[in-house]
Amino acid sequence: MNAMTKEDTRTLIADVLEAYPEKSRKKRAKHLSVYEEGKSDCGVKSNIKSIPGVMTVRGCSYAGSKGVVWGPIKDMLHISHGPVGCGQYSWSQRRNYATGTTGVDNFVTMQVTSDFQEKDVVFGGDKKLDKIIDELATLFPLSRGISVQSECPIGLIGDDIEAVSRRKAKEVGKTVVPVRCEGFRGVSQSLGHHIANDTVRDWVLEKAKVDFKDTPYDVAIIGDYNIGGDAWSSRILIEEMGLRVIAQWSGDGSLAEMEKTPKAKLNLLHCYRSMNYISRYMEEKHGIPWLEYNFFGPTQIAASLRKIASHFDDTIKEGAERVIAKYQPMVDAIIAKYRPRLEGKTVMLYVGGLRPRHTVDAYGDIGMQAVGMGYEFAHNDDYQRTTHYLKDGTLIFDDASEYELEKFVQALKPDLVGSGIKEKYVFQKMGVPFRQMHSWDYSGPYHGYDGFAIFARDMDMAVNSPVWSLIKAPWKQG
Amino acid sequence: MPQSADLVKDHTRLFQEPEYQALLARKSEFECGHPAEEVARVAEWTKSWDYREKNFAREAVVINPAKACQPLGAVFAAAGFEKTLSFVHGSQGCVAYYRSHLSRHFKEPTSAVSSSMTEDAAVFGGLANLTEGLANAYALYKPGMIAVSTTCMAEVIGDDLFAFIKQSKDKGAVPQDFDVPFAHTPAFVGSHTTGYDNMIKGVLHHFWEGKQRTAGDSINIISGFDGYSVGNLRELKRMLDLMGVSYTILSDTSDVFDTPTDGHYRMYDGGTTLEATRAALNASATLSLQTACTAKTLPWIAEKGQATRSFNYPLGVGATDEFLMAVSALTGKAIPEALEKERGRLVDAIADSAAYLHGKRFALFGDPDQAIGLTRFLLEVGAEPVHILATNGDKHWAARVGTILADSPYGKGGKAWAGKDLWHLRSLLATEPVDFLIGSSYGKYLERDCKVPLIRVGFPIFDRHHHHRSPVFGYQGGINLLVKILDKILDEADRESIANDGISFDLTR
Ligand code: SF4
Ligand code: SF4
Repeated sequence: MNAMTKEDTRTLIADVLEAYPEKSRKKRAKHLSVYEEGKSDCGVKSNIKSIPGVMTVRGCSYAGSKGVVWGPIKDMLHISHGPVGCGQYSWSQRRNYATGTTGVDNFVTMQVTSDFQEKDVVFGGDKKLDKIIDELATLFPLSRGISVQSECPIGLIGDDIEAVSRRKAKEVGKTVVPVRCEGFRGVSQSLGHHIANDTVRDWVLEKAKVDFKDTPYDVAIIGDYNIGGDAWSSRILIEEMGLRVIAQWSGDGSLAEMEKTPKAKLNLLHCYRSMNYISRYMEEKHGIPWLEYNFFGPTQIAASLRKIASHFDDTIKEGAERVIAKYQPMVDAIIAKYRPRLEGKTVMLYVGGLRPRHTVDAYGDIGMQAVGMGYEFAHNDDYQRTTHYLKDGTLIFDDASEYELEKFVQALKPDLVGSGIKEKYVFQKMGVPFRQMHSWDYSGPYHGYDGFAIFARDMDMAVNSPVWSLIKAPWKQG
Repeated sequence: MPQSADLVKDHTRLFQEPEYQALLARKSEFECGHPAEEVARVAEWTKSWDYREKNFAREAVVINPAKACQPLGAVFAAAGFEKTLSFVHGSQGCVAYYRSHLSRHFKEPTSAVSSSMTEDAAVFGGLANLTEGLANAYALYKPGMIAVSTTCMAEVIGDDLFAFIKQSKDKGAVPQDFDVPFAHTPAFVGSHTTGYDNMIKGVLHHFWEGKQRTAGDSINIISGFDGYSVGNLRELKRMLDLMGVSYTILSDTSDVFDTPTDGHYRMYDGGTTLEATRAALNASATLSLQTACTAKTLPWIAEKGQATRSFNYPLGVGATDEFLMAVSALTGKAIPEALEKERGRLVDAIADSAAYLHGKRFALFGDPDQAIGLTRFLLEVGAEPVHILATNGDKHWAARVGTILADSPYGKGGKAWAGKDLWHLRSLLATEPVDFLIGSSYGKYLERDCKVPLIRVGFPIFDRHHHHRSPVFGYQGGINLLVKILDKILDEADRESIANDGISFDLTR
């Protein structure tokens, strides 16, 4: 158990800041803090440009659009428009599971790129894009549409991808969506989420004509990317309580589902950070209310099921209670099995814009406590939402550098760190158990009751692995 | 209920349960998908000659390429120098990608910083970002050298690294005498092998330009971008040590991508010392193990007065022979008995197993030189390389492969495909099937779609662990590779014979 007082933690922050040159120290100081019980925010500034040269963990807008929001839409081809790299590195890395036949009616695990050459940069890429769309129409006749995911050069060379998209949509008779998600826009993945949401609004929802028989129990799952099957292990609960899920955004999602969503009675928003924009739009335009829910761990799942049910009649409310009761024995058995092995252990979390707060109570369900947490690209509203989950004295870090993370882990000595692939091996070398909390470390799903069982198993497997007892050579011990 | 505490099912099993199968069926109603027969018909069509022709008529779109962009190669090359931190000038997302990409392959941390340029830098240029970034990186990570490369953004707006680094030093970002080599690495030219070339040249230029060369008798080796650098460079050093040669490996990544888990994180480990890099100007010769990775560097070294030789990935018997003989000729050191015995052991292994390799048809893809090395090896063991593909290969590469194929009766049916991608290869495999496929993890989609067993060799290998620790260079590497290929062939033989009512399910093979 971590024995640091609030004062110790403040000293730690000061020590860590000491290493920076003065100008950067001042900037970074605003992003590090110790949570004070009762405060309405976490005391950090956020969504600000990263400082050059510090090894930020953040990615870019393209990653937020192609990688997060658009990429999982399975029946569309997503062109990584520009040079080869961005699409290559993000190819199949987000584990957005989707059914269908790859290359025929599912394109999620394909890397489609315009592979810009020097002449495209010099003379512009619009002609090439035009031709690409024709070629894709020939080779993939069952695709429902195309999105153009702009990489850095596009916005710098003055291409008009909107004009090309408008023209080609008519010619090929399919949805074509130009997305201005060049990596230099904004300060992180976050603006890419926003830009992607806006293009769904302008190029899908505003153009869609749907003929669809709705029911009073129709809902849509928004902001679940089906990492390792998360959206499925969520959907199963929502259906079991008596609701009808008409769309998944965007994990295992399809264009048709997106188009139907304005018919939903309630939008269920899981990843607030990446899809609040489109939810607000549908609220304003179509009068669809939206609700944030959290399907990590039984405490939050039960609360969320009841919150969702409160928007519907008694049959649904009874449905929610029935679901909670049905899974309770399994949950009890999981907790009985894993909690004794994890009780009192601590965890430090550093992930995107949602999961640290969303998983805190799931860790609590298995007896673990968060001693430090931070986000790569959260905004102020995320930090406000986070306070609800925090214990007094928790170390908070926004857009942390690798240097800071390393120092924090050395000082806090958590029993587990949850972050990304770039961090994983750093901490494992230090002998600290680690789980990737973007990709679920190739496991999952973690959402829903079925997912909670896997979550608990995985955290136990990491924390209590025998390998951690082998770290020191016996002749060096003692 | 599909889940239980006794047997926790994760994604590998959970979704096969009836509750989830029913869920997926319900979901499909909302997807407005195509009828199953239509999907099946089109799936069949994608494997036809008609589709192949349309696929090869492509002029614009690239689908599933087997190449990455320049800065990745630059970051890899820089990692092989002592205490060197890569600084990639441009937008930050790219750097997050290079780090993840290398870490997923090596299962190791990868360090690199970015100058985090955003919209305002696009307008005003990135000088301020570079200056501030150098100062921060220097203060936080205490590198012995910072190697600067560029992302697309910096290249498109035309930032000048030479001038920017000079101005940054003048402003005191890092000490004047601190080593900051650099390379422009536009991603819209070449691939990661080009970036490797540019960065090696950038580093050597930094240390050698304007210096007087005093010819010595040591040799330099540049091994090129290589997912096996950990195992390969150790093997290479072992062979050279056996010969008693004095050498410098320019960019030695064997330690930094293979650090121990002992409670202490090493951001830097091993690597070519800056001292040795400086002194490497005096070498008698520089040998490049991958021609495509030194296209600019090697001629530049030749201009400095050194002898140069280049190879296509010394793998297998003949290619290793040539490499060792060249080293011997350049240094005057004999190839020792010990290595000759190793050679004999590899030949022995091939002879023992030849019957299972003979006439087996292979497709392979990878970086140009590795593809040549593998082609030669397949020919040596009596297998038939049929489709040989390098997305980042050029016409010279294709001509070289053509000559190699023409030299062997086993190469008759083979063809080199330069600049093609793995969607092209899918058509080749569907219309002209082979027995086995050799390539990186990306090949697993071809394995699934074309039912051709994949032997994982190359970069990246994301879905199998630790292969980069064993060499494929040299005679010893040849044995490792042979075992890997044979295991797959014999596993397949067993699998087929089980499907065949157990006929041919032999205990001894
Ligand atoms: S923007 Fe350019 S440099 Fe960056 S990953 Fe993409 S292709 Fe590579
Ligand atoms: S859950 Fe986190 S990492 Fe995932 S999309 Fe949302 S903010 Fe990003």
